[in-house]
Amino acid sequence: MSKKIVVPFGPQHPVLPEPLHLDLVVEDEKVKEAIPGVGYIHRGLETLVQKREYPEYVYIAERICGICSFIHGMTYCQGVETMMNVEVPERAEFLRVIWSEYSRMHSHLLWLGLFADSMGFENLFMDAWRLREHVLDDMEATTGGRVIQGSAKVGGVRRDISSEKLDEMVTGLEGIRGELKDMMDVFLLDSSVKSRLRNIGMLSPEDAYELGAVGPTLRGSSVASDVRMNGYAAYDRLHFEPVVEDGCDCYARCAVRAKELFSSIDLIKEAAQKIPDGPIEVKVTGKPEGEYFSRAEQPRGEVIHYVKGNGTKKLARHRVRTPTMANIPPLVKMLEGCEFADVPVITLTIDPCIGCLER
Amino acid sequence: MAYLKKSPWLLHYDASSCNGCDIEVLACLTPLYDVERFGIINTGNPKHADVFVITGGINELNRKVVKNIYEQIPDPKVVVAVGICACSGGVFRECYNMAGGVDQVIPVDVYVPGCAARPESIIDGIVKALGILEEKREEMKEKEKQHGN
Ligand code: SF4
Repeated sequence: MSKKIVVPFGPQHPVLPEPLHLDLVVEDEKVKEAIPGVGYIHRGLETLVQKREYPEYVYIAERICGICSFIHGMTYCQGVETMMNVEVPERAEFLRVIWSEYSRMHSHLLWLGLFADSMGFENLFMDAWRLREHVLDDMEATTGGRVIQGSAKVGGVRRDISSEKLDEMVTGLEGIRGELKDMMDVFLLDSSVKSRLRNIGMLSPEDAYELGAVGPTLRGSSVASDVRMNGYAAYDRLHFEPVVEDGCDCYARCAVRAKELFSSIDLIKEAAQKIPDGPIEVKVTGKPEGEYFSRAEQPRGEVIHYVKGNGTKKLARHRVRTPTMANIPPLVKMLEGCEFADVPVITLTIDPCIGCLER
Repeated sequence: MAYLKKSPWLLHYDASSCNGCDIEVLACLTPLYDVERFGIINTGNPKHADVFVITGGINELNRKVVKNIYEQIPDPKVVVAVGICACSGGVFRECYNMAGGVDQVIPVDVYVPGCAARPESIIDGIVKALGILEEKREEMKEKEKQHGN
C-alpha cells in the first residue's frame, strides 16, 4: 500500500535562484498535486506609484524584475504615453525594439543555462552563460547597465546608438550566431537531453489556452500568439513571425526559446538597417488623466501594465499582470501526475520569474 | 589572507530582490568571472556553506526563512549582503512589505552596494568576507583552547 505524503519544494532550492514554494503531494514517486505558495519576494512596489511622480516612476517599473527590466520600463512608458497622447519619435521606437530583443536574448540564454543546470548538464550551463556575456557587453556599451538598463523614458529613450555601433553590434551578433547554432544542436539533438524532455510535462493546446498560458509556454503547445504581432513600438515595420512548436512537452518549450534567439538576431539586424534618423525623445509635460492597458511581449510572455491617472503628477494606480503569474496554473497542470524527479525540470520550463510574479 | 585553508562554499538566497543581483551572483560563477577557480562553489545545503550571500531586502514572509537558513549554517560563517536592496532596502525602502536591509534580521559582515551590484564588486565583497571568515575561525580556535585548559 502506498501512502500520500507532502514534500515541500523550496523556497530555498538549488535549481531555483529565486524562492518559489511548492507543496508536492506525492504517492509512489508520482506527483498527485502541486500547491504553489508565493509571497517570498513580495515588496509591494505598486503602491510606490502614489509616492513618486510619473516620469520618475519608470525606474521603479524597471526594478520589477532584473531580467526583463527594459521591457517593463518600456511597457509602463507606453501606457503613460498613450494615456497622454504623446507621439514617440520613430527612432526611439526602433531603439526600443533593439533593446527589447537584446533583453530577450539575454533572458533566453540565462534560462537555457539554468535549464541545463537543472538537468545536471553543467558544461552546457557554462556555455550558455559564456555566450550571454557577449549580449550583456553590448547592452552595457549602449546603455551603461548590464542588467538594469535604465534607458526607457516617458516620451522616448534616454540614449542613442550611433550607426557605427549598430553595425558593430550586428556583426557581433552574426559572429555568435554560429556558436549559438552549435549550442542549440546540443539542446535539441542530444539524446540524453531529449530523454529528459520529450513527453514530459505535457500541456495540451486546449489546456494551455483555457488556463491562460502565455509566451513560450503557450507557443510550445502549438498556439500562435505573440503580442509582437500587434505591432507595438516598431514591430509593425519589421518582419516578424512567432515561433511555434507542437510538441506540448518540455522539449517543445525549450525549442521555442532556442529558436527565438535566432528570430531576435534577425529582428535586431532588420531594425538596425531600417532605423531612421531623428530625435530620440519628445518633451512630455502635463498631468496624465485617464487609464490605459499597455501590453508587450516579455521573454516569458505577455505582460500587461495598467496605468490610471487622476490629473495629478502622481498616478492613482499601477497594476502589472506578469507572464509568470499567467503561467502558474498551467504549471500546476503540468506537474500533476509527473515523476517526482522531473519536478525541477518541469518547473523551469515555464521560466518562473518570481521577481515579476510578486513585485 | 595568504592562502585559503579551505574551499569556501557559498549559499545564495534571494530574500525579495528584483533578480538583478541574483543573476549577477550567478554570473560570478560562470566562465567570464569564474570564482570556482578559487574553490568557491555554490551549494544548496546550508550545512555545507561558509558564506551566506543574500540579495534583496527582507520581506515579512522571508524573515523566518532567512533566520532559519542562517542558524543552520555551521560556525564560523559570514554574511554578505549584495545589492543596495540588501544593504538598506534601496528604492523599495518605503514599500509596505519590506523590513529594510538584511541587517534588520541577521548580522551582516560585508555590504556590497550597487544596483545591480556588478560581478566585480560581488567578488570583491566575497574575498573580503573570506578574510573575516579566517579571522573568525582563529577566534574560535582560541576560545576552544581556553575552554580546553
Ligand atoms: S539592488 Fe537593484 S538590482 Fe539588486 S535586487 Fe535591488 S533593485 Fe534589484
